Amino acid sequence: MGHRQNTQRLLLSGNQAVALAAKHAGVALGVGYPGTPSTEILENFSAYGGRAEWAPNEKVALEVGIGAAYGRARVLVTMKHVGVNVAADPLFTAAYTGVDGGLVLISADDPGMASSQNEQDNRHYAKAAGLPMLEPADSAEAYRFALLGFEISERWRIPVMLRMTTRICHSQTVVECEEPKMPPALEPGYEREIKRRVMIPAYARPAHRELRRKLAEIAAFNETSVFPQVDQGSRGLGIVTSGVTYQYVREAIPEATVLKLGMSHPLPMRKIREFAADCERCLVIEEGDHYLTDEIRAAGVKVESKPETYRFGELDVARVRRILNNDQSPEPPPPPGRPPQLCQGCPHRVAFEILRDMKCIVTGDIGCYTLGVLPPFEAMDTCLCMGGSIGVGLGLRQVLPETQARKVVSVIGDSTFVHSGITGLVEMAYNRPRTGHTVLILDNDTTAMTGLQEHPGTGRLLDYSPASRLDYEALGRAVGMDKVALFDPHRDQDKLREALREALQGNQLNLFIVRQPCVLAGRKAKKMNER
Amino acid sequence: MQEKASVTSIVIAGIGGQGVITISDILAEAVFSSGFDVKKSEIHGMSQRGGSVTSDIRFGEKVYSPSVPVGGADFLLVVSPDQLSRNQRLLKPDGLALSADRIDSAQLPNARSINLAVLGMLAPHLPAIAATTWEQAIRSVMPEKLHQTALPAFELGRACQ
Ligand SMILES: Cc1ncc(C[n+]2csc(CCOP(=O)(O)OP(=O)(O)O)c2C)c(N)n1
Ligand code: SF4
Repeated sequence: MGHRQNTQRLLLSGNQAVALAAKHAGVALGVGYPGTPSTEILENFSAYGGRAEWAPNEKVALEVGIGAAYGRARVLVTMKHVGVNVAADPLFTAAYTGVDGGLVLISADDPGMASSQNEQDNRHYAKAAGLPMLEPADSAEAYRFALLGFEISERWRIPVMLRMTTRICHSQTVVECEEPKMPPALEPGYEREIKRRVMIPAYARPAHRELRRKLAEIAAFNETSVFPQVDQGSRGLGIVTSGVTYQYVREAIPEATVLKLGMSHPLPMRKIREFAADCERCLVIEEGDHYLTDEIRAAGVKVESKPETYRFGELDVARVRRILNNDQSPEPPPPPGRPPQLCQGCPHRVAFEILRDMKCIVTGDIGCYTLGVLPPFEAMDTCLCMGGSIGVGLGLRQVLPETQARKVVSVIGDSTFVHSGITGLVEMAYNRPRTGHTVLILDNDTTAMTGLQEHPGTGRLLDYSPASRLDYEALGRAVGMDKVALFDPHRDQDKLREALREALQGNQLNLFIVRQPCVLAGRKAKKMNER
Repeated sequence: MQEKASVTSIVIAGIGGQGVITISDILAEAVFSSGFDVKKSEIHGMSQRGGSVTSDIRFGEKVYSPSVPVGGADFLLVVSPDQLSRNQRLLKPDGLALSADRIDSAQLPNARSINLAVLGMLAPHLPAIAATTWEQAIRSVMPEKLHQTALPAFELGRACQ
């Protein structure tokens, strides 16, 4: 840690603030998978000189992070809210094993779904897995809470979740920071502790009890910690809140007394009880699900809550006023904006023109190419989760009448294929549909949707330096595809159309790779090469 | 509106790829270095593909909400005139819309610099920000090779009343 005393005044996004905290905390490794609104954390950490990596998916990212933390390193793991679903398996058991170096997991939630397939509220994960969760209300807190997250993680040897939301990640606010006086990170090294780290049932049973013991201690710590903050106002009205909602509450109801929680699991229930007893009316205002309300009521504390309609979407100052007044009248819908479109010259266009013309049943996936669902293509029938195109396509192939089954095609982007499409391809060869099946990888040599990130199929690392490159053709042959073919969507349009026609008639397993770089990727390449 | 005690709220609207975020970065930098508390917020994600984009900037002595509520904007800057009607509801009753269609684009050094001209139109309304502060903010946010088109475009907007 540095010994610089002078504070710096900076204007940072929440994502930059977390990255800077990680740098100041001496984080040895940042690892994650891109996903709006979390992506810029690792990009900034790398720009600040930290060691940052994109993993093939969130599960692998968290596993790498846990391994590094077993080796006593401080680690930052980043993902969007739905990424935590993918990483949930290691997450729940890492709560039992604990860690040795500090591990902070960023869950970047997206209430209102600015750029996501759902608006799940990941506060439930902290409770379900039994992990501490911190929720910053602006960039200054994102910076401070990230540092505190490492301290808590190291003190109790437990992974800590830091829950951000789109408004926190992408809003720039003023941060006054001095290089923190944190205990220095431990020297990496391995110490054998089989009973703590090998979760066979005999060792996992006591580990679960140990986790609950830690949580009880952390709950007691939280009662008197810096996290619960009371802004004194009139005693008549008390508001319990957390995260960005605190800002809306302060602006909409300046006269209220406010309890901002900061740590949303485990909750400082004694403090909440005293707060509620102290005010005439106590109202919980929270974005997303009724997580705080349910927890507080389950503890026997009487509080008012928001009407059901405010579960949906983001809150803002106007909606907080409505909640205060229990106003359930219909809200004016925001006027429709101009919808996004595939860029001019986007290589994805050709594939969707062909699929549209051939009236295929297209099981789609997530990425820029999901825009193939909109006019002028309307050539996508399903889009569920990353990697889902292949499994869903195979399920349809298995049960549909033959004429329909023969129309099913799975379409997946290159980053998504690496993320979670490979196991789908293995399934395709193993439980082979009678009519065969065809998968198109739309390989634009980047993760375009989230802002052009590298992945194992591009052959470049996060900082654009060269790396081993995943060979989709060889992979397809290795898992048992009957036919693997490569097409340039601009040069080989007719060939692709013909190959697809043949594929739908035959009973073969086909992997078609449609390869042409994203038009924006060229600009990034220029910028990176100019550095 | 220039008192530090009150909060000034500005919304910038346009289409992905027009440089909405660039000018909101410049504005935020200018008010930040003038010593104000500032919050800037935008929803982006799929913006590179021609969708509607807005960016909210709020500054004053103490700012809470990072987003501008409906009916809360003092100024609405519109880089793509077709985005005016959808964002009009964000303005206060006495708020001011400043739209790109008031700029004589023939005089722009480069058609792409229309965003800077729209930002320039705001400058006379924010006397708390010195001319040199604007220039420094433009220089610090934009890459050097664009300074020679950005600065005259900003001046063109500033002169346009
Ligand atoms: C579990 C999960 N992680 C991350 C994301 C965010 N995300 C959406 S699409 C996508 C990948 C897009 O890349 P690619 O498949 O190559 O398609 P492209 O956008 O380049 O066309 C990512 C990372 C997500 N929706 N779900
Ligand atoms: S960013 Fe790239 S992949 Fe996405 S629509 Fe544009 S050209 Fe296509």
